[in-house]
Amino acid sequence: MAEFVSEYGLLILTALWETLLMVFLSTLFGYLLGIPLGVIAYVTDHGSISENPVVNTIVGWIINIIRSVPFIILILFLIPYTRLIMGTASGTRGVIFPLVVGSAPFIARMVESSFNELDAGVIESARAMGATNFQIIWKVLLPESFPSLLRGMAIASITIIGYIAMAGMVGGGGLGAVAINYGYYRYERPVMNVTVVLIILLVQLIQLAFNLIVRKVDKNR
Amino acid sequence: MIEISHLTKEFDNPDKTRLGVLRDISLTVEAGDIYGIIGMSGAGKSTMLRLIGLLDTPTSGTITVEGKNLAALAGREKIDYYKTIGTVFQGYNLLMQKTVAQNILFPLTLSRGYDKEAAKRRVAELLELTGLTEKALAYPSQLSGGQKQRVAIARALATNPRLILCDEPTSALDSLTTQSILELLSDINHRLGVTIIIITHEIAVVRKICTKVAVLEGGVLVDNGPIGEVLDSEMHPVTRRLFGKEES
Repeated sequence: MAEFVSEYGLLILTALWETLLMVFLSTLFGYLLGIPLGVIAYVTDHGSISENPVVNTIVGWIINIIRSVPFIILILFLIPYTRLIMGTASGTRGVIFPLVVGSAPFIARMVESSFNELDAGVIESARAMGATNFQIIWKVLLPESFPSLLRGMAIASITIIGYIAMAGMVGGGGLGAVAINYGYYRYERPVMNVTVVLIILLVQLIQLAFNLIVRKVDKNR
Repeated sequence: MIEISHLTKEFDNPDKTRLGVLRDISLTVEAGDIYGIIGMSGAGKSTMLRLIGLLDTPTSGTITVEGKNLAALAGREKIDYYKTIGTVFQGYNLLMQKTVAQNILFPLTLSRGYDKEAAKRRVAELLELTGLTEKALAYPSQLSGGQKQRVAIARALATNPRLILCDEPTSALDSLTTQSILELLSDINHRLGVTIIIITHEIAVVRKICTKVAVLEGGVLVDNGPIGEVLDSEMHPVTRRLFGKEES
């Protein structure tokens, strides 16, 4: 036990920290990109507040094309662009860019479906009160779907943990990389076990935290 | 106050069947009226309210509200028009993540640089008027249907509209609650002089508070006028059926 800790303790702790950092940054930037995309997809949809078939189709295509590419292939495909933008295509730094690109379209769809859960009557009544499109988005759409957006964020961040592990196969950092490089290639079974348990715990914690927050903020229950 | 002239609405979408189609409707709403628009479902009542509320545009014909032709309004004028009318819906359409007070405040926050203190006083006034003062900090999910509709009415009144459009305001409520909501609307009409148009399929609603009634059937206006006159006159079979049902 003591031997295991002294040999792998720091390695695993560093990997855990890297994973946390990547989840946080990718989720953050994924949402910074995903929310506007989701809003555009929603408002330009047929019968919505700013119907626009051309924009809607283009945004839909972009989202679907990126989502069609398996994430591991997307990472490899993006390598030249990742180098250009992040300066490197490996390690924690090199993984954030493909993570954001890969998760933003998925997040956009989740955001859009959160908006679609809202009663269309609420949007129409805001319009009948003289709200501009911007006000409808800012004062009705986003605040009213906030609890649902948070529920989606739990799913998104957990999906990103899965993506991070995949990125570990091609030079990314984090717990997944440790599991693959030590647990798999070097047959260090205990390392594999510990990293898997840590990932499971991390996922459980994220889900639990989001459940508690949603329970607190959702006034419609 | 409202002049509707040869109003026709057709839906070009073929799979929308022929529900809600309006044909050559003309009628006048005077300031201070409580005008009931009654008919079976599919008669075109809601379409008519949506046209007056500028949530949809007619195929032909004109609607003039206080001298303004609705078809001519664009951009900013449209937003300004929306602010001079209040709308109450069957499904309440409240903001579920906001408190009762915040819901009533909402239409006031839509005007740029609104006076926060005045708005606060206005909300307190409306809470008082609708008997919701104790519920100010409650959320809609904690309210009964009747209370939710009171919030919706208070919200519709926030901007001091001269016209309130009600789309089946009591259809989701039991008869006792319906009575109290109708009394509230009637009270608002008397005290504030607000003109009210109510869409309904319930004859009891028309009998209880409306001063005038328009009967729609299959998109055609079959009877129209002050409620006493309509009932005294040779009623259209549809009107007789609607009003007769309750008496038997």
